[in-house]
Amino acid sequence: MKLFGCIAILTALAGAALATEIPQGEHRSGASFMGPDTRAMQDDDTANPGMLWVLDGETLWTRKAGTADKACADCHSDARVSMRGVAAHYPAFDKTLGRPVDLEGRINLCRSNHQQATPLRYESRELLALTAYVAEQSRGMPIEAGHDPDLAPFVAKGHELFTQRQGQLNLACANCHDDNWDKKLAGAPITQGQPTGYPLYRLEWQSLGSLQRRLRACITGIRAQAYDFGSPELVELEAYLMSRARGMKIETPAVRP
Amino acid sequence: MARFVLIALLFATALAACPAVRAEGLNPYTIVDDAIPESLTGTKGDATRGRALIVERSSTCILCHSGPFAEQAFQGDLAPNLSGSGGRWSEGQLRLRLVDASHLNPATIMPSYYRLDGLTRVGNAWRDRPILSAEQIEDIVAYLVTLRD
Ligand code: HEC
Ligand code: HEC
Repeated sequence: MKLFGCIAILTALAGAALATEIPQGEHRSGASFMGPDTRAMQDDDTANPGMLWVLDGETLWTRKAGTADKACADCHSDARVSMRGVAAHYPAFDKTLGRPVDLEGRINLCRSNHQQATPLRYESRELLALTAYVAEQSRGMPIEAGHDPDLAPFVAKGHELFTQRQGQLNLACANCHDDNWDKKLAGAPITQGQPTGYPLYRLEWQSLGSLQRRLRACITGIRAQAYDFGSPELVELEAYLMSRARGMKIETPAVRP
Repeated sequence: MARFVLIALLFATALAACPAVRAEGLNPYTIVDDAIPESLTGTKGDATRGRALIVERSSTCILCHSGPFAEQAFQGDLAPNLSGSGGRWSEGQLRLRLVDASHLNPATIMPSYYRLDGLTRVGNAWRDRPILSAEQIEDIVAYLVTLRD
């Protein structure tokens, strides 16, 4: 009886403190937490280092590759037309695979299936460049990912991962990015963890990096075992983050501290 | 703040009725009310080493907390300022807060620094050992009790 009372009280209190999702009207990009210098760097294409990758991507778009000897442009023509709005819908459900793929995954599927070329390594210059070039075609457009009913179970899994405590520090993504996003971790702002700018240039990395790279950094930060690049779990987290960010504008290539 | 005090009071009531828990693979300890009265190592910690540990980024304390650490420009504000914690809590209460804060507040974000069970997907580099050793915890406790105001 004593024990039961104790558990009941503890459970009630734990329930009362559960993570709450950020209301639609309060969504804020990571950019809005940055200092004026970093913001200016993101907003000025001539100062934004991410634009170097976008330019590389533009070149790669028309370069023939693989035994099919085809370039992206041979199937998709002008990316400024054919790729407009595409990134705003990713990760998207792939009917053949029966699971969602993110933009990097889609580009590599095109490489292996249509160009008959070897897939590009995650975080390689080429894959980041092509992804940034494709995503940049959606700059300023609202994110619409996550509507597809086929995606729902994967978005739900991503949500579960987001709210599950893990690692030696026993923290969930939501502990920081839903519950404490207006606070500071060792002096640096914790943002809402919105996926609006990827791939993006992080001054700390001195490079462009993918959303998966960022997720792996946060997972390692809480001293949990990071999922491999391309693993279903990371794509599920991406799918949840994109549906959580619905309506927010794509910023690729963003800049972050 | 008032809400926090209320919750703390509720927990104090709940915990008085809870049986003590024991950690496996770690030095055994006994919880009495909301405290671990006895040192984990059987000896007193070193307050100077404790302060150095708190200020060290790898201990993770100042990711969330701030305190009287003028030399550290980057401190967190997710958690109470550590100034005065020795005035608010006894040595034994501080020890339990470090060993397993979730024992007092299951919803807390403060990690359990001396616990191995109940964790999910701990990374290989950190598996099967607590965040801090018993000695390190005693050093930090010895320092925290000196923070009277
Ligand atoms: C202990 C706090 C903490 C936890 C837990 C945490 N993060 Fe982060 N996260 C940060 C900090 C600090 C940054 C860097 C500043 C920023 O961009 O928000 C960051 C950055 C991010 C960003 C980049 C935001 C941007 O604007 O580019 C995303 C996305 C993200 N986190 C998602 C996650 C996910 C998913 C998890 C769980 C697997 C997670 N985070 C766990 C603290 C945390
Ligand atoms: C991820 C965040 C986080 C980290 C890391 C953390 N704490 Fe805490 N700590 C908290 C929070 C939040 C509280 C408030 C009580 C609660 O939620 O249980 C707290 C409470 C405390 C208290 C009681 C404060 C008071 O006056 O009520 C002490 C003492 C303390 N922490 C010391 C430490 C020390 C020492 C470390 C490192 C070894 C540490 N904490 C690491 C979040 C954290």
